[in-house]
Amino acid sequence: MKLRPLPASRLFWTGAAAFAVAMLLPLYASGYVLGLLTVAYYTAVFAMSWDLLFGFAGEVNFGPTFLIGVGAYTAGILDARLSPGISIYLCILAGAAAAVVAGVALALPALRVSGPYFGLTTLVAVLMLQNFIIVAADLTGGEIGLAVPDVITIDASANYWIAFCFMTVSGAILFGLSRSPIGLILQASGQDKVQAGALGFNVTKHKLVAFIVSAFFSGLAGALMVFYMGTASVGSFVDISVGVQIIIAAVLGGRRTVIGAAMGAVFLIGMGELLRPLGELATLIVSVIALCVILYFPDGFVGMLRGGARA
Amino acid sequence: MTQGMSAPILEVTNLTKRYGGLVAVKNLSFSIAPGEILGLIGPNGSGKSTAMKSIMGVERPSAGSIKLDGVELAGLPSHQIARKGVGLVFQHSRPLARQTVLENIKVALLPDKLTHLFADKDTDGKARAIAARVGLAGVLDRKPATLAFADLRRLELAKAVARHPKLVLVDEPFAGLTASEVADFSQLIREFRVEGRAVLLVDHNVKSVSALVDRVLAMYLGEWIAEGAAADVMRDETVRRVYLGGALVSTARAESLFSDRTPVLQVENVGVCYGKARALQDVSLHVHEGEFVSLVGLNGAGKTTLFNAISGLMAYSGEIKWAGRPLRPGSPAQIARSGIVQCPETRELFGEMSVRENLDLGGNALGGEECARQLNWLFDLFPILKARQSQMARTLSGGEQQMLAIARALMMKPKLLILDEPTLGLAPVILETLSRALDRLRETTKITLLLGEQNVTFALPHADRVYVLDHARIVWEGPPDRFEAEAAANYL
Ligand SMILES: Nc1ncnc2c1ncn2[C@@H]1O[C@H](COP(=O)(O)OP(=O)(O)OP(=O)(O)O)[C@@H](O)[C@H]1O
Ligand SMILES: [Mg+2]
Repeated sequence: MKLRPLPASRLFWTGAAAFAVAMLLPLYASGYVLGLLTVAYYTAVFAMSWDLLFGFAGEVNFGPTFLIGVGAYTAGILDARLSPGISIYLCILAGAAAAVVAGVALALPALRVSGPYFGLTTLVAVLMLQNFIIVAADLTGGEIGLAVPDVITIDASANYWIAFCFMTVSGAILFGLSRSPIGLILQASGQDKVQAGALGFNVTKHKLVAFIVSAFFSGLAGALMVFYMGTASVGSFVDISVGVQIIIAAVLGGRRTVIGAAMGAVFLIGMGELLRPLGELATLIVSVIALCVILYFPDGFVGMLRGGARA
Repeated sequence: MTQGMSAPILEVTNLTKRYGGLVAVKNLSFSIAPGEILGLIGPNGSGKSTAMKSIMGVERPSAGSIKLDGVELAGLPSHQIARKGVGLVFQHSRPLARQTVLENIKVALLPDKLTHLFADKDTDGKARAIAARVGLAGVLDRKPATLAFADLRRLELAKAVARHPKLVLVDEPFAGLTASEVADFSQLIREFRVEGRAVLLVDHNVKSVSALVDRVLAMYLGEWIAEGAAADVMRDETVRRVYLGGALVSTARAESLFSDRTPVLQVENVGVCYGKARALQDVSLHVHEGEFVSLVGLNGAGKTTLFNAISGLMAYSGEIKWAGRPLRPGSPAQIARSGIVQCPETRELFGEMSVRENLDLGGNALGGEECARQLNWLFDLFPILKARQSQMARTLSGGEQQMLAIARALMMKPKLLILDEPTLGLAPVILETLSRALDRLRETTKITLLLGEQNVTFALPHADRVYVLDHARIVWEGPPDRFEAEAAANYL
């Protein structure tokens, strides 16, 4: 009798292969490709953080860019104002911390309301941040964007490695958290908070922690990305369309999987770039692909890989 | 039994819960000793579940005191109350859908700590032990959606006792269970007593409650009306009037009285499979116009599957004919418009809409005047729905929701009404009301009724003819008076 392959094994090997390719890429790929992947990896962290909130805690955060934007702009503004008197690593940490503070300030009132209202609150937060950035142009660079004097490095492969390691470490932490007892309690709170309360779990506390973790990684990734790009603008960090892209990435890759979110992000950014010569049509094609996957494979890429192994 | 022997563990004093102007529980006081089972009975909407939820902290009491071992619970959030030693089995099962049975039990065993990143090694063993105790050992790796009804209830019980609560609140554990399952559950609850836990039990199965509890408290309109030994409370004049009601009377008509030569509903050799499992096998039955037919079967026998096939919600082999014509390939909406209305076991109410809106949706196809007439008749039948017209359906009590589901189906003026387990969660007195309503329908209209039940005390009096469905097959057919002698073994 042959051993039946575990349903996850195909997923495991795909992951291992992707990991190997990612490790070898800097040896062969052009700076352009590496740059693209660097952005994709940061986006992957945005999407994984979002998945922790939606997939596990059951809260739809329509404003992932609120957390990212606060992190990115805090880090960028500090550097723009105080450079060279401040280390950029301090700026980055400050960005992450600011995202957590802003996240808590948003989550505390937002978690009081449930269902769609939570999502709407987060959406409003993005609009408020966006308006603030435009109004306070002296501080933030307004619509033109904020130029940041320093970058971490200009070496493409070094930037690639930083983003890759950051994604791997955050992914491991988020994934581990989602599989831990806390992840299970989060899922319980997300599915039925009355029951979770009656079982002895402080639902608000757990959801708040999920929000804090999500905010921390979003803010940190946002801040790192600022020091990769050298600028911060509403269009690349805060705009609703950036948030939508992140949400699509997470859903496309497979909700409640964390890893899927990263796959979705790399896919979306990669496809967008491959099809760029087609101009406006590119966005349409990517959207159609995303739509088809969501409609026919509601469990996303990860679901496809798992399903494939089971058949 | 244990009453008076030890100090009470739970003391409720003047508990009151208001929802806006409605007083759901009013000045309720009682106590329970360790190792004592207190039964809480009362008609639908009398505040039993609300009292339980207030003790658990799921609802915040408006006034009064709730003391567990002398510690005040009123006003605390439910997670703190749970940690102080209270467990609640909800009236409706609410498992985590994406987790397996084992995982569902494990969740209940986890501590409420953020530092707890790795499961304790013994969690798995503990969860398995609990599962074995409540009889879930065979289905540990299944998802809740694939479980039989009774197993879902077992799972709720398992979760509630996982943390060894000192006080267990059990809301309608017997609803929808078969006689032998009720016996199993009674035994499990009796074990709580042996272990010294206090139990507060709500159920409409008067016989089983009486046999199990040490004491009974009866409520009506949120208030205490009687308390004492089960037999005494059941004899109480008010309890009889507002809760127990009278006996159901049988009025079967012989099949030969129905003159139509082709029955209006013909189910011929119908089969349904879920994957590899056969849910229905070669099922044939017929119903004449105006006839009342009961389909009796235990949980999982296939009643709901058959009804779903008739309503067009499920693919099947074989043929189902309505007024001589095949129903396939009609869509569920077309089938409903042709006069076949199913009132599903799961109720399927619009939870965020008011009672009135739910009813108006049912009467959508009727003209204004006819709609009003039908509505009046239904309000007559279920006065509580009239009083609750503007309340959101989701917040109705279990029994009130059941009444609303039946009323909404009747608003559609069906030609064939399919009632799937209508007695689930209804107080005895409401069963009597429903029974009289069905009799009146039978006398004054040409409505045809197909009734799915495992509660034969209700199914038999309302049937002209009975089918017994067992493990996906029809195993018996006949008039109700022969049922007891020939087919009753599993049901009484
Ligand atoms: N959130 C709410 N808003 C308004 N009214 C409510 C709410 N929750 C419950 N009620 C009302 O309070 C009353 C008591 O409800 P409860 O669920 O306690 O009844 P019950 O005794 O458990 O009935 P059943 O036997 O049918 O389960 C009902 O009339 C119900 O409609
Ligand atoms: Mg109730």
